[in-house]
Amino acid sequence: MSEQPRILYCNCAYAKIVPPDVKEAVLRRLCDSGAAFDAVADLCEMSARKDPGLKRLTEGGAVKIAACYPRAVKWLFSAAGAPLVKDATEVLNMRVEAAEEVSSALLSQELNPNIPEGKPRATDAPASESDGPPSMARQDPQ
Amino acid sequence: MSLLEENTLRVVLYEGEGATELPAEERFNILSALLDKGYTVTRAGTGGRVAPADRSAIVALGRFDNGRAPEAEDASGEVSVTFENIDGQAPADLAERIDALREETRTSKHGEWKPWFPVIDYDRCTNCMQCLSFCLFDVYGVDDDQQIEVRNNDNCKTNCPACSRVCPEAAIMFPKYKSGPINGDLVSDADMKREKMKVDISSLLGGDVYDMLRQRSERAKSRFSKERSSDKALNERKKCLTKLVQEGDIPPEVLMSLPSPDEIAKKAEEAAAKAQAALDAQKK
Repeated sequence: MSEQPRILYCNCAYAKIVPPDVKEAVLRRLCDSGAAFDAVADLCEMSARKDPGLKRLTEGGAVKIAACYPRAVKWLFSAAGAPLVKDATEVLNMRVEAAEEVSSALLSQELNPNIPEGKPRATDAPASESDGPPSMARQDPQ
Repeated sequence: MSLLEENTLRVVLYEGEGATELPAEERFNILSALLDKGYTVTRAGTGGRVAPADRSAIVALGRFDNGRAPEAEDASGEVSVTFENIDGQAPADLAERIDALREETRTSKHGEWKPWFPVIDYDRCTNCMQCLSFCLFDVYGVDDDQQIEVRNNDNCKTNCPACSRVCPEAAIMFPKYKSGPINGDLVSDADMKREKMKVDISSLLGGDVYDMLRQRSERAKSRFSKERSSDKALNERKKCLTKLVQEGDIPPEVLMSLPSPDEIAKKAEEAAAKAQAALDAQKK
């Protein structure tokens, strides 16, 4: 059996772009689960300050990140000199996904890597969830 | 701005061996209070994996057995480790206690600045230097390989996404922006069509976006100064700026703080020269 991926939660503290009820519900569910996890106040701030903590968060194998858009998260880590491992990272988008969806994905043992590579466009996403990994469909709800 | 040379603080809410597991509600309240204060928190229990240790100072919080926090230190002596028994401490008090420990450990303080700055998607960026020649605030620079980079992110004007609007590849993101693709959402074909239109508009205006912004800002200021009624003047000023704000989603305070025409011309010339030098170096 493979190891449970690590969990990283971003509280997006310094802007109201992630719905507060979604953030709160996801954090509450993590706390209720009894799972071990890392939580940061704001990934953007850590990236801007090139916080060495970002490097620590990328180390140690597969990770699921509850934050915002996968493209933004990828380049926030990269900008701080702590690139995410493409095949070992799944980003859950609290800006557009429901709290229950994010929480379930975070606590699931299954990892659906979804860090974009190349020049992804909305038209690259599969037409339906059955056409590709669920994580891709979640990226683009349009 | 960079924390590479500074020491940071990592708070660990410890609920493993030698400590009591907390009720979920208390765990949530403690985590919320610490996150709101800008701390990085790890919840560690008897199982599961978390990020490994590094040179960050650690404060381990817990309801430790016999009400006594253990005493321990890093064998290598490189990392400062402090244990804190949380019995009888409300989450808000605990957050204040951590503030005090942060000062004792001389670790960096977070949360004093809204992190608004451009993030470059290098999968899309063609290194065309449009952003470098556009930005008057020295946010952009080039590295030793003449690759565009965000050099002074704290120079960026909060809530202003203007440079992302001049990028022909939609490669500049502001993750805290309200809508896509600037917020990091995928780039659609419609977005790329808008990019083309944006360039055309710029050409129609004589290619000098700053001049247009400055002239409109000056007109608004002038109208404001001629008004006798401050309320009426304020309304008029708002009306003048609303269009610009809507067109480019540029905050009024950024427009009103644009430097004088001469300074703009000088800065724009310097930025364009930097961009041209980088482009020339790429060809070599």
